[in-house]
Amino acid sequence: MQTFDLGKEGLRALNSSLHALKGQTNMTAWEVINPKGAHAIAAGVDAPVDITVRGSTGYYCAGMNKQATIRIKGSAGPGVAENMMSGTVIIDGNASQYAGATGRGGLLVIKGNASSRCGVSMKGIDIVVHGSIGHMSAFMAQSGNLVVLGDAGDALGDSLYEARLFVRGSVKSLGADCIEKEMRPEHLALLADLLKRGEADGKAKPEEFKRYGSARKLYNFNIDNASSY
Amino acid sequence: MCGIVGLFLKDPKLEPQLGALLTDMLITMTDRGPDSAGIAIYGGAKDGLGKITIQSATPDKDFKDLDGDLHDALGQPVTMKIKSTHAVLEVPLDQMEAARSALSHLRPGVKVMSAGDSIEIFKEVGLPKDVAARFEVSKMKGTHGIGHTRMATESAVTTMGAHPFSTGTDQCLVHNGSLSNHNGVRRELIRQGMTFETQNDTEVGAAFISHKLKSGETLGNALEATLTDLDGFFTFVVGTKNGFGVVRDPIACKPAVMAETDQYVAFGSEYRALVNLPGIEDARVWEPEPATVYFWER
Repeated sequence: MQTFDLGKEGLRALNSSLHALKGQTNMTAWEVINPKGAHAIAAGVDAPVDITVRGSTGYYCAGMNKQATIRIKGSAGPGVAENMMSGTVIIDGNASQYAGATGRGGLLVIKGNASSRCGVSMKGIDIVVHGSIGHMSAFMAQSGNLVVLGDAGDALGDSLYEARLFVRGSVKSLGADCIEKEMRPEHLALLADLLKRGEADGKAKPEEFKRYGSARKLYNFNIDNASSY
Repeated sequence: MCGIVGLFLKDPKLEPQLGALLTDMLITMTDRGPDSAGIAIYGGAKDGLGKITIQSATPDKDFKDLDGDLHDALGQPVTMKIKSTHAVLEVPLDQMEAARSALSHLRPGVKVMSAGDSIEIFKEVGLPKDVAARFEVSKMKGTHGIGHTRMATESAVTTMGAHPFSTGTDQCLVHNGSLSNHNGVRRELIRQGMTFETQNDTEVGAAFISHKLKSGETLGNALEATLTDLDGFFTFVVGTKNGFGVVRDPIACKPAVMAETDQYVAFGSEYRALVNLPGIEDARVWEPEPATVYFWER
């Protein structure tokens, strides 16, 4: 176990040590202590390592993550796991705005609540939120899955492309071109797998969720509307 | 950007540390805005005495014998405590208007930063650590306070453009964001009799709330009205004699984190600002909801 005291050694030293890990390494377990809300902790990691951050983080923790498993034993500030490519990020507390924004792959698990714009413009990432999410979540989300065990705020899935949204609780309002869709067997199977990987299988059952997706009226050119363009 | 910090103490034991706690919080937010910094502290309200905090670009000249000159004008005792470019005048509460009027004749170059029973405002161009040191903020006691570090967007980097803005007795406001309809709102408020010192958007937000309070609205209603009448981005923290309030616009792009324990309610633009507060490990920490008014009063 490599223990890194952020208060003593500083952010640049941490991230350059993590960036130096390429391919297989024998330093597979890392612990970051005294994060104190610092920004960009463990951003840009590209190695199959396990990193535990003991406390709450500031902006952009685990941004652009590839391969690594990053656990935050606290809450995360804005833009956690932004543009994640692969790997797993697990937050024990809450996440601030635009968690998992533009994420292309991997799994983001938020055990508390996420605030506004969760999964904005997501492009393949899977996000599992044990609590509720704020307004404008999954805005322009293109692909991937967003699973919410609690409620969703205003304008869920506004201008949605092909991401799948699963919400167990209430949805305050749906955004433009986002509609409720039927839950088919393949969706139940997908959800069962996501709940398990998202450490939420004991908390909710797939059949308790509703599925939301794109009505596909906004992003396809409609010849009947030609005069209004 | 801009950084905001705020601290409302529930436990009187922390009151001697208010300035020190706020200074530490504000310095942590320096990289959110290095242009200017300011702090409003509420405390030391003495029976029957009001405080006027003034500022001058030429303090040696303007503050010289000012207490004596005011004493002669008012026929009442006046004390003056000079701190760098600012000074705090203490006059009997029923003489506040007379003192401000006399001040404008005696020292026309002097600006009033704040006036009230307990508020003091210190603000200048520069980094939080320099501004706090200049006014010895860390030695100040009080019941609650608000600090701000500015990244200017809507108006010039000057002392008067720094936050907090005070547009009413014992009132102040700090802002992260930018208002887009401030010129229209300012014109309307001028018509209603409000006066302005700057071209700054935040001063309009402050005067908007002061005008509502003057018209008899509660602090809650005044904050609620910002959501319908002010256009743009804002996280506001507002101070009054009895407490402070928080409101964020409905889009809520501008960050805000709050923490509450038995000893205090704290506000920070980021969690980083709160990490050195006593007992923060066990505090309830949350983000204020968009378009929702919060306030704490004693």
